[in-house]
Amino acid sequence: MATQVAVGQARVEAEPFAQPRGLWSWLTTIDHKRIGILYGVTALLFFFIGGIEAMLIRVQLAAPNNDFVSADQFNQLFTMHALTMIFLGVMPLSSAFFNFIIPLQIGARDVAFPRLNAFSYWVFLLGALLLNAGWFFGEAPNTGWFSYANLTSPAYSPGHNVDYFVLGLQVLGISSLAAAFNFLVTIINMRAPGMSMMRLPVFTWMTLITSILIVLAFPALTVGVTLLMFDRFFSTNFFIPAAGGSPLLWQHLFWVFGHPEVYILILPAFGIISEILPTFSRKPLFGYSAVVFAGAGIAVLGFGVWAHHMFTVGMGPVPNAVFSIATMLIALPTGVKIFNWIGTMYGGHLDFRTPMLFAVALVGMFIIGGLSGVMHASPPVDSQQQDSYFIVAHLHYVLFGGSIMGLFGGIYYWFPKITGKMYKEALGKLHFWLMLIGFNITFFPMHWVGIEGMPRRIYTYNSGYGWDLWNLISTIGVFVLAIGFVVFIVNMWLSVTLGEKAADDPWDGATLEWTTPSPPPLYNFKHTPRVTSRIPFWSQKYPEVYGDDDHFHHHATDAAADDHAAEHAPASAHAVAHDEHAHEEAIHLPNPSYWPLVTAIGLTLVFAGFRWNYAYHAITYIGVVTLVVGIYSWALEPAMDDPAEHAEAH
Amino acid sequence: MAQHLAHPTSTGLDSRKLAMWAFLASDCMFFGSLIAMYEVSKDRSVVGPFPHEVFNIPYTSVSAFVLLMSSLAMVLALSGIQNANMRRFRIWIATTGLLGLVFLAGQVYEFTFFWRHEHMTLSHNLFGSSFFTLTGFHGTHVAIGVVWLFSLFLASFKKGLVTQEKSLNVEIAGLYWHFVDIVWIVIFTVVYLLSGAG
Ligand SMILES: [Cu+2]
Repeated sequence: MATQVAVGQARVEAEPFAQPRGLWSWLTTIDHKRIGILYGVTALLFFFIGGIEAMLIRVQLAAPNNDFVSADQFNQLFTMHALTMIFLGVMPLSSAFFNFIIPLQIGARDVAFPRLNAFSYWVFLLGALLLNAGWFFGEAPNTGWFSYANLTSPAYSPGHNVDYFVLGLQVLGISSLAAAFNFLVTIINMRAPGMSMMRLPVFTWMTLITSILIVLAFPALTVGVTLLMFDRFFSTNFFIPAAGGSPLLWQHLFWVFGHPEVYILILPAFGIISEILPTFSRKPLFGYSAVVFAGAGIAVLGFGVWAHHMFTVGMGPVPNAVFSIATMLIALPTGVKIFNWIGTMYGGHLDFRTPMLFAVALVGMFIIGGLSGVMHASPPVDSQQQDSYFIVAHLHYVLFGGSIMGLFGGIYYWFPKITGKMYKEALGKLHFWLMLIGFNITFFPMHWVGIEGMPRRIYTYNSGYGWDLWNLISTIGVFVLAIGFVVFIVNMWLSVTLGEKAADDPWDGATLEWTTPSPPPLYNFKHTPRVTSRIPFWSQKYPEVYGDDDHFHHHATDAAADDHAAEHAPASAHAVAHDEHAHEEAIHLPNPSYWPLVTAIGLTLVFAGFRWNYAYHAITYIGVVTLVVGIYSWALEPAMDDPAEHAEAH
Repeated sequence: MAQHLAHPTSTGLDSRKLAMWAFLASDCMFFGSLIAMYEVSKDRSVVGPFPHEVFNIPYTSVSAFVLLMSSLAMVLALSGIQNANMRRFRIWIATTGLLGLVFLAGQVYEFTFFWRHEHMTLSHNLFGSSFFTLTGFHGTHVAIGVVWLFSLFLASFKKGLVTQEKSLNVEIAGLYWHFVDIVWIVIFTVVYLLSGAG
């Protein structure tokens, strides 16, 4: 492949386009595809750790009065399970797809800010390590993922547990914000010619909406966590009632972030299955604009419902009613999406490959989770269900049955494109069934046990409440899930190492990523694609059904590219830029850089210094210096070689 | 630095400018949350001093005026570089930075005064916590802006770093600077005028 690329690039510059190798090339990479792979592998690793935490929780709860773990260990386990799954599993796995797929789907060579993209990843990785550092000292965060004040005050949490929570979330928040700015700008500004906003693939749309949600919701978390940090490190009293502070302020700040966060977790998965369902139904998405506007509607309404997490704190009947009605309204755009997905499948030629199975499972499981969600949108009902296992069942049906099902569907769907190898279909299906069955065995009984009054977050319980059997069943379910995960890992490993080579367009896809070779070359597209339809690749492949040649072609004057399109041949095998286009087609790729990594290390040290405040806060000051050096070197380093030099070389 | 990436963008708007707008939207939510925190907290102190006892509105009006004037200087600096008038750019960008420094000095003096004479500290009472946190974060924004402005000033002495073609670098710094000024108008109104008078 390297030779093919070199042939294509001989007259521009052969050398930079060879795929670089070695550890250093990964540390300095600013290629969105490699960063996507880094995000994906790291997310799966933390997904595995979060899963282990879940298993330990379930083993402890398998029988009444169990003493497999202590009460404090249990607190650390459920807190870290949630934080890990949310911030280190689902969000970065979504980011992996943003990174790898979005530039390909919009016909771009990279994201708008490749170095900022690398920075986001490194900050995420270091923030994840900081959040988990407490395990090595036996004091991981233990106050729940929403860590209500004033349990988190120095008086009630004297150890370092809450410090890891505070500092880890600060760092992770910066990573999410940096990535969100990047993808927001990339999607708005880097679209190929002809790709208007209403021609964006739905996954790209949901990524844009997710980015906007992060940009607007994360500052509230940053402020909340900053105030908590001040309370813990600088003796302020923001959340300490004895000094007049308001613990409710924390709840408001947290949920102003926390509810949009739910959509940050689910919308990418909605986007993924909006790609999978049409592909495997052999039909364009039913009601494209409805799906897009429903996504936007969910996002807008999502900012006005945060207090449904606080119905039982005594806000009074009027706020409760307002937030209750707003919450129920969200069921409307969500229902629109579900009907559109079902409409897409209706009358289609359904092909139940593994990605499609996951997509269909998302629709089914999310309906269950959505229905239980509408139940506790009603304050009186919520008063019964608050802090019970019913809530645990609900949130796992939307976040596991929803987000994680969709994300795994995405892994199988884009696996051939990302790795260039085909996964084993039989193992994929086995994984799917183990996961779907294990998931329902684990979480469906929680509805019952919750209605029968079992509170969430208790480390053990007495026999005789009618909870024993359901808890045992849940624990059995989690082992089925674990076996499924092992099958998944084996499948990935076998497929990457021994799998047969994947075709460029194995699913007969409709969007631009399938027009590139598998895996895509460093520069993604030899020629910038021109887009005239919502389903550009289908328009090109099936002009009699989805439009004629005019609806999509690589380059009007490039016969080689058009031929390639007809044959589905890899783009890299063809298409040297024609002389008259030498300048506009010259490919300039940005240089690798280690400054994003240096800057990320500096930033993390600044926060880590609050935990390890030895020698007059030496770590914080080292961090500040590293950060400043990193930022200035980054700003002064040329992002890429001057194009003028290329022109001279010609 | 990234302008070479900028093949014409889909919207025609430079990507870095769009990113700055997105950042400012996010920063709006950041200061919005901080102001909400201040409003919730300021009157809940169990010990004094209380807001109406400490503020010196004429003094703060002067420093607010200084910051506003710096926005004017920023506009002149940008127009200087856009017209390739390097001398005008340097004079006004330095003026902007200096006015920012004067504002910061005023804030340092104000903080010190509150501490010496009113025994107000970050941890003394809830009003102190919320006041110093809100205005302190704004001051940090100003300080970052001042560093940025002087960096542009110094960079202009190295050939090719700050030029008419790259005036967008200055424009983006300007966007940030104007935003920080606007935030101060809001803080001045909410913190000093509305709660200080009570
Ligand atoms: Cu919510």
